Amino acid sequence: MEDKKMLEDVPNSVTRRNFIKGVVAAGAVASSSAYLFRTATLQGQPSAAGAVERLITLNVNGQDRRVDVMKQETLAMTLRYKVGLTGTKIGCDRAECGACTVLIDDVPRYSCSTLTHTTRGQKIVTIEGLADAATGKLHPVQQGVIDEQGFQCAFCMPGFVMATVGYLKTNPNPTRQELAHGISGNLCRCQDYDKILTAMMRGAEHMRNA
Amino acid sequence: MADTKLIGQPYTTPDLVAKVTGKAKYAEDYRVDGMLFCKLLVSPMPHARVKKLDTSAAMAMPGVKAILTADDMPGAAAGATLGENVQATAQAERGLTNEPLYQGEPILAIAAVDEATAAEAIEKIDIELEPLPFAVDPIETMRPNSPNARTQGNVWMRPTTPPAAPAAGAAAGRAGRGGGAAAPAPPQIAVWKWTDEDFAAAKDGQMPLGKATDEWSFGNIEEGFKKADLVLDETFMTQSTGHQPLETRTAMAYWQNGKLYLHGSTQSTVQTVASVARWTGTTPDKVVIISEYTGGGFGSKIPGAISMAIPALLSKKANAPVMMRVTREDEHFIGRARPGVLARVKAGFRKDGRITAIDMYAICDNGPYDPQGDARSASTTISLAYQPETMRWRGLTVLTNTPPKVSQRAPGGMQGVGIMEPILSKAARKLGVDQVEIHKINAPAGKAPFGPALPNGRQAYVTSAFVKEALDKGREMFKWEEKKALYSGKKQGSKARGLGVAVSPFAGGSIGFDGLFIIKPDGRVQIQSGIGNHGTHSAFDVHRVAAEMIGVPWEKCDIVFGSTAKNLPWTCISAGSQTAHAMTRAAHAAAKDCIKKLQEIAAKTKGGNPDTYKVANERVTGPGGSLTFAQAAQKAIELGGKFDGHEVPEDINNFTKTSAKALAGQGLMAVAKDAYPRDGQSQSYVIGFAEVEVDTETGVVTVIDYAAIGDVGTILNPRGLKGQLFGGSMLGLGHAKTQRWAYDQHYGVALARRFYQNKPPTMLDAPLNFTGDAVNIPDPETPTGVRGVGEPPVGAAYGAIMNAIADAIGDEIFRRSPVSADIILNALENNGKRTHEALTAHI
Repeated sequence: MEDKKMLEDVPNSVTRRNFIKGVVAAGAVASSSAYLFRTATLQGQPSAAGAVERLITLNVNGQDRRVDVMKQETLAMTLRYKVGLTGTKIGCDRAECGACTVLIDDVPRYSCSTLTHTTRGQKIVTIEGLADAATGKLHPVQQGVIDEQGFQCAFCMPGFVMATVGYLKTNPNPTRQELAHGISGNLCRCQDYDKILTAMMRGAEHMRNA
Repeated sequence: MADTKLIGQPYTTPDLVAKVTGKAKYAEDYRVDGMLFCKLLVSPMPHARVKKLDTSAAMAMPGVKAILTADDMPGAAAGATLGENVQATAQAERGLTNEPLYQGEPILAIAAVDEATAAEAIEKIDIELEPLPFAVDPIETMRPNSPNARTQGNVWMRPTTPPAAPAAGAAAGRAGRGGGAAAPAPPQIAVWKWTDEDFAAAKDGQMPLGKATDEWSFGNIEEGFKKADLVLDETFMTQSTGHQPLETRTAMAYWQNGKLYLHGSTQSTVQTVASVARWTGTTPDKVVIISEYTGGGFGSKIPGAISMAIPALLSKKANAPVMMRVTREDEHFIGRARPGVLARVKAGFRKDGRITAIDMYAICDNGPYDPQGDARSASTTISLAYQPETMRWRGLTVLTNTPPKVSQRAPGGMQGVGIMEPILSKAARKLGVDQVEIHKINAPAGKAPFGPALPNGRQAYVTSAFVKEALDKGREMFKWEEKKALYSGKKQGSKARGLGVAVSPFAGGSIGFDGLFIIKPDGRVQIQSGIGNHGTHSAFDVHRVAAEMIGVPWEKCDIVFGSTAKNLPWTCISAGSQTAHAMTRAAHAAAKDCIKKLQEIAAKTKGGNPDTYKVANERVTGPGGSLTFAQAAQKAIELGGKFDGHEVPEDINNFTKTSAKALAGQGLMAVAKDAYPRDGQSQSYVIGFAEVEVDTETGVVTVIDYAAIGDVGTILNPRGLKGQLFGGSMLGLGHAKTQRWAYDQHYGVALARRFYQNKPPTMLDAPLNFTGDAVNIPDPETPTGVRGVGEPPVGAAYGAIMNAIADAIGDEIFRRSPVSADIILNALENNGKRTHEALTAHI
């Protein structure tokens, strides 16, 4: 009996209902409905209901910024689309790759998985906030990248640099292996990990010498 | 080029400060007033037909501006030449479809004032899909009466054509493909099944040897096998893997004065114009590509991406700029993938390890769209890497309802090395030959032949090969003999160590492109670069050849790149390890043109014979006196004609002519085509040496030490070289250890869609020690000596690491990759005999 059922249930005789059951079980949807945002510049235009925006104050790179955010808005989206800081990259939007890493009160955090409203009253630092605003002098870790020609396509670079700056606050004199562990939550698809680590170690050295 | 100031010296690329300060703009970082956003409706099924589609409720929503369906997409005329040896088929991908051929294939797109609105509108689309039969496993679709991936059939096949007679070593065409084969006729889809007898004849997990669509050979393999002292017959499955660049294929487009401005993520700048024109149904003169920074491609964005047509055409329909952000999940489906290759190889060895015959049958898991050459390229790679005395290859390109496949870093080459290396190392152990020695005795040297026998009875051949030299250098660097005495095959507690080596060749350069630069009246040199800036540094590296030749400090060179509105020269695709070779030749040609013009200007101004003037240190100096570059540039403008670009050589590409015309009159223009001769096909080689530790209790494989040694011509940029060697090795490591797809075979849907599921390597997977270097022997067939390096490290690491795992725990543990912990543990439990066979894909 069971065998016969199995035989009938082959892919080319799949029914629509079975199919949808399977799809639901596998978690697929017609379009990925997360990873959405609204833009401040488009306010006032007719758009679908869903979210009420709220004016809050964020402290980004030492400046207070007033922004309208939805309650479900992530910090990565706010930074990129409302504060205009596009140096923070979105690689996966699900805390897998670390490209969106920023410092929140000195702690490296995945901004794609941090709700913006939870960061009120905290100090956010992005890649744009590392260099000296007045002189343009690069942060020691940024200088390490320049010295070693770290990174290839560099889409992961802002995240790696922020993760390293954060890690070095807890361990200013790491071994290569310690630093690798400290920033292993970041993914590089050019996979030039060796040169990245060399550049970050050079940055750590610059920081100690500063 | 002895005593170089720039070539072979480390430097900082001019784009690095922008990258490290967050100022560099990738496709999603652009903003335009009134920009709309778009979302896709994608197929939840692996194969279906749209039966009903009603967009009216979505269109009526406030904020929705336009809806694009398959009916809005242009199709290419079947048989049309699409450039780069690509011919249009009626079955080609169009960007949107009414018959989705894989889960995740876009059916329609909606542009709205924001993404939330677009997504809500997607939910309001009234759509009905009729499920159709599907196939996600290439072997299953070869069974009698099994479902086909497309309504027309299950394989691509090329009707037999009378073989043309290409000169041996003619232009390589697309990287690594074909190995000197005749120009193919347009391929067709056909129904192609094996018989029950074919399946019954294959025992012990071996691949059945049913009829093939494709075949080539050289020599007599029967005679070859007669000479063999050892014959091995093995089946191996290499997996399909997504390219997974960290930047998805996001694009933003708008139209202005009838021209399309497309900000997109692409590997190539100039070479993306024609493909976007084709995908959007317009002409190349109406397309401007802006791509200053691209977050990786690895073959998946060679001429951009067909999905770029969606925001481009939506923008036209909505009459507003449209940004299409591609999510990581969408990228899994539309982001392209390397075809898995399933192969069975019978190989004959003499006692000393020399290969007398190879009989290979390979199946390419092609996905649903255009035919990929990986199964064939795997075979030509094997014929080059191991120089068998005789060889036959048979192949099938099987359609599956999986995401579209395309070249991934060492397409087919990586798979070929991975298929052959476990056989070679097994033979070495059986024959008692050292692993390095068995590679050396079979290594290509000089103008090594490879691929099928051509009509003249000979094979195509390479420009050069110094693989034996690289093997010797690597053996020293890696301390092979010392390690062998210490570790090989020895176990300490639960940890077993093993050593492996692999030879990996891949196409290393094309020819025939143009160089273009201008010496300005302020003495600075403005160099036009049409190369994509996707992380290889080639966009800048190659121009150091020109700077070196004309004797100008690098600091005085300004590289113009990143937009086809900036008057760029005709440039190769930034892929297939072509660029460093092709564009240093073009830079060399332009620099020679520059020197000649400087000499002529000096002779005209100061008198005497142009040949008596020398160019060095930003001056042209001779018997009549000396001119600075600044003075010569000013003089060039006064002279006009060819000197300032008002007249250009006939042989340069029309694309370059248009650019030169726009730049004429600004200074001394150097412009020339690479017309240098080349005898043979340019191939590069990397040798990988790996030491691994396998924990036999957990199945965890740790790469302790790894060395990559390149035979890649003259070293252009040592940092770039090491980066390519390391990054490429990591891609091979990922294929050997972790990266894979998983499919629900019953419903044909993907289960491993995200990084944490399909597991690209992290920093903690990287070898604890890594050495990368090259033999630094110039290629004799190119004036700069430079060959490409991006591809061959991939296969080297893939093969060497798998060989080292086999060395540590046995030759019968695995017949598929990745060699995951479950494969290792189950086989060890099973007395060292594998439990995971090769025949089922995506498990």
